[in-house]
Amino acid sequence: MGELLSQYNVFSAFGMTLLLTFFSAIGSLVIGTIVAILRVSPVPLLQRVGALYVNIVRNTPLTLIIIACNIVMIVNLGFSFSEDLARNNIIWAIIGLSIYHAAFVCESLRSGVNTVPAGQAEAARSVGLTFTQSLREVMLPQAFRGAITPLGNTLIALTKNTTVATAIGVAEIAGLQREMTEFRSDLALLILLVVAIGFVIITLPMGLLTSYLSSRLAVKR
Amino acid sequence: MSASVLFDAPGPKARARYRLAGILGGLLVLAFLVFALFQLGSKGNLTYDKWAMFLGLEVNDIDANVWIDYLLPGLLNTLKAAAISIVLAGIFGFLFGIGRMSQITVIRVFCGVVVEFFRSVPVLVMMLGAFYFYSFNNIFVADVNPLAAVVTGLTLYNGSVVAELLRSGVGSLPKGQSEAGLAIGLTRGQTLRAIQLPQAVTAMLPALVGQLVVVLKDTALGQIITYNELLTNYQRIGSTWGNIVPAMIVIAAIYIVINYALTSLAAYVERRLRQRGRVTIGAGGGAVPLVVAGDVELSEFEVGGEDLDIDLDPGEADSRR
Repeated sequence: MGELLSQYNVFSAFGMTLLLTFFSAIGSLVIGTIVAILRVSPVPLLQRVGALYVNIVRNTPLTLIIIACNIVMIVNLGFSFSEDLARNNIIWAIIGLSIYHAAFVCESLRSGVNTVPAGQAEAARSVGLTFTQSLREVMLPQAFRGAITPLGNTLIALTKNTTVATAIGVAEIAGLQREMTEFRSDLALLILLVVAIGFVIITLPMGLLTSYLSSRLAVKR
Repeated sequence: MSASVLFDAPGPKARARYRLAGILGGLLVLAFLVFALFQLGSKGNLTYDKWAMFLGLEVNDIDANVWIDYLLPGLLNTLKAAAISIVLAGIFGFLFGIGRMSQITVIRVFCGVVVEFFRSVPVLVMMLGAFYFYSFNNIFVADVNPLAAVVTGLTLYNGSVVAELLRSGVGSLPKGQSEAGLAIGLTRGQTLRAIQLPQAVTAMLPALVGQLVVVLKDTALGQIITYNELLTNYQRIGSTWGNIVPAMIVIAAIYIVINYALTSLAAYVERRLRQRGRVTIGAGGGAVPLVVAGDVELSEFEVGGEDLDIDLDPGEADSRR
């Protein structure tokens, strides 16, 4: 095992996993917030557009989205960000991961909004706050706190789902796991254990932070 | 629906503004669709001979039927893997879920560690490990290895989720239920079997159906370890007819239809249960695990299904109010 670890760079592979996680988290937060705004907007058509996005994306396998990013977007349509093939795949993997997880970010934010009781809005209006004031001072602060736990869950799911990027040849940890295991099939379970422990190390702090924040910032009702 | 909380009933001015926003938004969506179709069309993806085979027509004298030769066998394999996995995951989840509530510390800790471990490892990593492990040790006939690996990964992960669901289902019940059981002289085990579990299973029913969507979607990971499921067939169809993009669109549509039906079923079950005054654990719409690594109790934030209540259709949600 020691020679295997010196031969293959586990840390750089985990680095790629973290890189995918970081940029996809930002991307999915941006897209997800936009879709969530559409879904809670008072305009029926926009609500339907948001719901359509969520229902389509949520019901499509991530593997299909990631492969489509390569086959459809790069190979067929020729949308390219970089001359470098590997870099292009990384960027499209990030876009695919962002598109997929945006649906879950949207639902997390919306569930946060749903935790705010109607009485809060009514109280805000009855003390004379305008619409923007009540949104800024009363509704949104509570909504964001209510969304922390589901957002944390989505981040953890995203971290684990970056492994799917190996389907289009991004050199992250699942790809390295495959390489290592192909070289030393007798150590399949040991390599699996190393990769698994890596994921536990990455996701455990996220889970702890989420539960700390959500209990620390919980709105007592 | 949240909109009714956030916004006042619109007056005439606001209604005009909403209409304008609706029209502008609609135009934007339309522009995007036109752009997408134009791009697809410019690379020749929208011609007759790239699509007609999906209607069962013969194209370019190729003697093959896309449904009978590719899509349906693929779908069958997908469903087969999903069905085996969900049954095994149910058994796994039931055993470890009960184990986590055991009175015996050793069993409780062991089951807790196992469940938390498999929940925080990506399904693909488990599938890859299982695939090479099975292949190297010749545990199954060579043809069965990919299926076995897919089922292993899905069972371990989803079984852990089911175990968590079961635990939180029991946790979501009012304390009086177990107290009443103990008060009439049942042992803890009897209380669990006769009183808590039947109610917990009902409570987690919507979430279980939602988990079916997760299982079905994750079978697509089998593509990476050469399992011949539905998604894999985009390559075969593509190399037969040269229509790889239409093939992917059709395959995506099949997934979406099946999963949307399951998501709707989960929402329906949840609505029915709540009408009957039952406690439910929100279906969560599938796909993202309901539970976190670490020590967040599911019951803290999802009991009652209010938090992750997903309304499939805004109109329908309004009428329910």
